[in-house]
Amino acid sequence: MTDLILTPNIPAPDDFYAELLATHDGLTSDQSNALNARLILILANHIGDRTTLTQALATAKTV
Amino acid sequence: MNKIFETPLYPYSRHPDQDAPKTIRKRVVVIGAGPVGLATAIDLAQQGIETVILDDNDKVSFGSRAICFAKRPLEILDRLGCAQPMVDKGVQWNVGKVFFDDRQVYDFNLLPESGHRRPAFINLQQYYFEEHLVHRALELQATGAPIEIRGGSRVTAIEEHADHTSLSIDTPDGPYSLETDWLIACDGAASPARTMLNLDFNGRVFEDNFLIADVTMEADFPTERWFWFDPPFNRGQSALLHKQPDGVWRIDLQLGWDIDKDHEKKPENVIPRLKAMLGNDVKFELEWVSIYTFQCRRMDQFRHGRVIFAGDSAHQVSPFGARGANSGVQDADNLAWKLALVINGAAPDTLLDTYNSERVYGAEENIMHSSRSTDFITPKSDTSRLFRDAVLDLSEHHAFARPFVNSGRLSVPCTYDGSPLNTPDALPDGPARTRPGSPCPDAPLGDGFLLDQLQGGFKLLAFNCDAPDDITETVTAKRITLPATGALAERYLGANTSALYLIRPDQHVAARFATYDDAQIRAALRRAAGATQ
Repeated sequence: MTDLILTPNIPAPDDFYAELLATHDGLTSDQSNALNARLILILANHIGDRTTLTQALATAKTV
Repeated sequence: MNKIFETPLYPYSRHPDQDAPKTIRKRVVVIGAGPVGLATAIDLAQQGIETVILDDNDKVSFGSRAICFAKRPLEILDRLGCAQPMVDKGVQWNVGKVFFDDRQVYDFNLLPESGHRRPAFINLQQYYFEEHLVHRALELQATGAPIEIRGGSRVTAIEEHADHTSLSIDTPDGPYSLETDWLIACDGAASPARTMLNLDFNGRVFEDNFLIADVTMEADFPTERWFWFDPPFNRGQSALLHKQPDGVWRIDLQLGWDIDKDHEKKPENVIPRLKAMLGNDVKFELEWVSIYTFQCRRMDQFRHGRVIFAGDSAHQVSPFGARGANSGVQDADNLAWKLALVINGAAPDTLLDTYNSERVYGAEENIMHSSRSTDFITPKSDTSRLFRDAVLDLSEHHAFARPFVNSGRLSVPCTYDGSPLNTPDALPDGPARTRPGSPCPDAPLGDGFLLDQLQGGFKLLAFNCDAPDDITETVTAKRITLPATGALAERYLGANTSALYLIRPDQHVAARFATYDDAQIRAALRRAAGATQ
């Protein structure tokens, strides 16, 4: 069981952020929403740990 | 066209009770000769308890209705003496295919575990299921068991008293009255008994309609379960194709909420839909068409004094997952031994409260699974649809997404965790699947199977440990010595070298220990039989 990491954890954050936005380039709003949904499912499966996922859902909701 | 559901199997005939000078008192009356009422009555009659089934009809159910029967109910029917003809008649399947839009996204194989007498599922029309139960009930009656089915007998009033219930019954010859010590209402989701007693039935209504069509066709579709999300022939909705015996196929088409049911049910409107699905070249005949909506709801309490509800009268789920008839047969399995012990004075009346607590727990589990399936099949919001479609898109290319796809989680029996009849688990690191509360998993034993031995009463299963032939408290448990090898060892011992299990008459585990300890086993047996101290 691991705690959700809420401190900086991605090297070169500007690069990742640009890549995230670039992935949505040229997509309609519906297509972007669908991509985001797929991305959440892919990342959630990669994390796997149910406690971490529950913490992530709660954190996203309370911000 | 199948005629079985048009044949009177237990036609009304005048009974001497109708001419008795004083109202006759029965031990048990069951209202409803459906799968649950019949199973309950057969189970009671096999234990020598006088049981009368009243039904306003005299035939099996019209149309195929419940078509998917799971392993656990088949094991229960083995105990009731009528599973084999159903399995012989039923269609067995293991492969399912999932389609999204215009393409197949993946297929799966149920890969059922070996070493069980019964398959994971059979598909069988409800009218055959009922027919075999009726035959079994009549066979028992012919050999002197205290069971009878009275057709053409509609209960019109129920009056509760401290030690019995009075019934008014309407027949083609006019009304008569019966009294009964115990009344079991198995009269379906619209339960007139529940209405007469003014009892609650609350839950969630799903705003959707489904068209069921049974068709006979000469087609080379394989024996598989095919499920479509948003197919071109039923845009924005779902569809299901499933095989039944006699070359009959169940087709289930979601229609949405805002439709004209009478219009949609007409053959001239059904046939074009089916042609769009099956292709123009396939020749088929319509056997039965129905449109249904569904609810997930249950009664707050399944026991009301001397009136007990079982099956759809107590709880209703969506059809996805085949949890209706399957869970109802498990209600019967749970109720019959408890009621027999109470009637025979071997257990206090409060044992019946554990029928309520255990089967409410089971109903909650079924309602949860069924509601989740329904929310996946029919997303209730834009976001819900977004994730549903994302799962389906990903499932085509990535195995990780397939477990999220939910077109019905097929019925598995409930483990009564936390039941007051359980003794805390005392087999260190024993397999989780056989912890107290679990239904016993079957396993090969000699030329037969373990569950063949778990018939009639409490049992002690001894693996590599000494135990008396039987022990008696208010009830008796008989010992069965089993080899600690193969599937039996894997399913009951885990890493342990010995174990002693106490098994209830419904084949659920009540307690387990590493060895025989007389005081502990006796305490567990008293607890499992509902002793209150």
